[in-house]
Amino acid sequence: MTEPQKKVVKLETLDPGFSEAISKAGGEKINLCIQCGTCTASCPSGRRTAFRTRQLIRRAVLGLKEPVLSDKDLWLCTTCYTCLERCPRGVDPTDVILAMRTMAVQSGHMLDRHKLVASLVMKSGHAVPIDDTNRKTRTSLGLSELPPTTHTHSDALAEVQAVVKKTAFDKLVGYEWK
Amino acid sequence: MTKPYAFFLGCMIPNRYPGIELAMRNIAPTLDIELRDMEGASCCPAPGVFKSFDKSTWLALAARNLCIAESMGCDILTLCNGCYGTLKEANEILKTDSEQRDKVNTILSEVKKEYHGSIQVRHVAEMLYRDIGTDKLSNMIKKPLPLNVAVHYGCHLLRPTKYREIKSSERPRFLDEMVDALGAKSIPYRDKMLCCGAGGGVRTAALDVSLDMAREKLQNIKDAGADLIVTPCGFCVFQLDRGQIEIKDKWGVFFNIPVLHYVQFLGLALGLSPEKLGVYNNAVPTDSIIKKI
Repeated sequence: MTEPQKKVVKLETLDPGFSEAISKAGGEKINLCIQCGTCTASCPSGRRTAFRTRQLIRRAVLGLKEPVLSDKDLWLCTTCYTCLERCPRGVDPTDVILAMRTMAVQSGHMLDRHKLVASLVMKSGHAVPIDDTNRKTRTSLGLSELPPTTHTHSDALAEVQAVVKKTAFDKLVGYEWK
Repeated sequence: MTKPYAFFLGCMIPNRYPGIELAMRNIAPTLDIELRDMEGASCCPAPGVFKSFDKSTWLALAARNLCIAESMGCDILTLCNGCYGTLKEANEILKTDSEQRDKVNTILSEVKKEYHGSIQVRHVAEMLYRDIGTDKLSNMIKKPLPLNVAVHYGCHLLRPTKYREIKSSERPRFLDEMVDALGAKSIPYRDKMLCCGAGGGVRTAALDVSLDMAREKLQNIKDAGADLIVTPCGFCVFQLDRGQIEIKDKWGVFFNIPVLHYVQFLGLALGLSPEKLGVYNNAVPTDSIIKKI
């Protein structure tokens, strides 16, 4: 027979204010969770990975701040919102996850690849900017080579850049202006 | 009377699937819609990533886009569920939460813009269904499309329902009705409402997980015997079309299922030539369906 696992969680390692902080960051209803598991059962990511929404919320309510925020699984949610629609307590788990992500980014846990996507918007105004292949495709279809977006309006791009400077998003992501 | 819309392009459609942009521009006159370009619009910005990183930046950049449409005096029309998610939600938040609106307007004063809350954000699928309707659509068709279609709604068209016009997200029917109205047949398939796997920054963070979700979806669609996938979202088109090549390279399985955006599919039924609908620029060839119609 398998021995029961003994996992000890020491009270002094917990941050009792963590769920309150998540609540303030946009996951207002986290404390309503009754651990029914509807979220986990509905999750398309959890079907193929170790990502468990219910567990994530339980750990957060317990106050396991650093382990939750540094967990890369936090980034496996596709924001399909199925759990949010089905949660019988109206916890809005997707909003809770988004709040945790925001706190993770603030405490320096941002993936390099996400930093790259963010920097593309600061550089071009687009998370997916035009490339040479699609310049040609656009022309061959009879469309303008560049779309009428920040790609053709440098003053509009300057506005986008002014906004991210004002919100200090550039500093948050560690973007270096050239 | 022709209704003018502020045409929001986003990123994926103009920069990776310009054929979808072309199709919308070409079907608009038939539908009595006037599209006006939103000069200087940016990324919506992407809901999964930007809203995750920093909500105030997400809201401010979305508000800047909303302001462009406000200055044009037009409602926004978008062809991408991600753009719809961001712009629709940001618009609702800013209309109802005066504290957030004041904060955003302080940021926007930096670029001499001010959000007023004077417009609506529409998704093309929702607009076609509610403003034109399936009866009118089916009366307009010149070329019925005898095809078995796997309809993929895409999550952000429907959820979260608190910020959506159409409140059914478990078993919606409206897009299936819009496909059937074109003489095609929307066929049932297993786990139809499953996410394509691209959203929430997962495609960027964990490509394997993202593609595995697409693989499950594509397998279910293949098993049901669909001729093609029709979806109203530019990002889902990218994931389900380009993703098939990535899945082939990674795992050696090639599903070979053509993918079209709903506006391209509608265009075919309206009798426009495939060239005018930009259907030949996909990663998975679409010739098989053009031959059948």
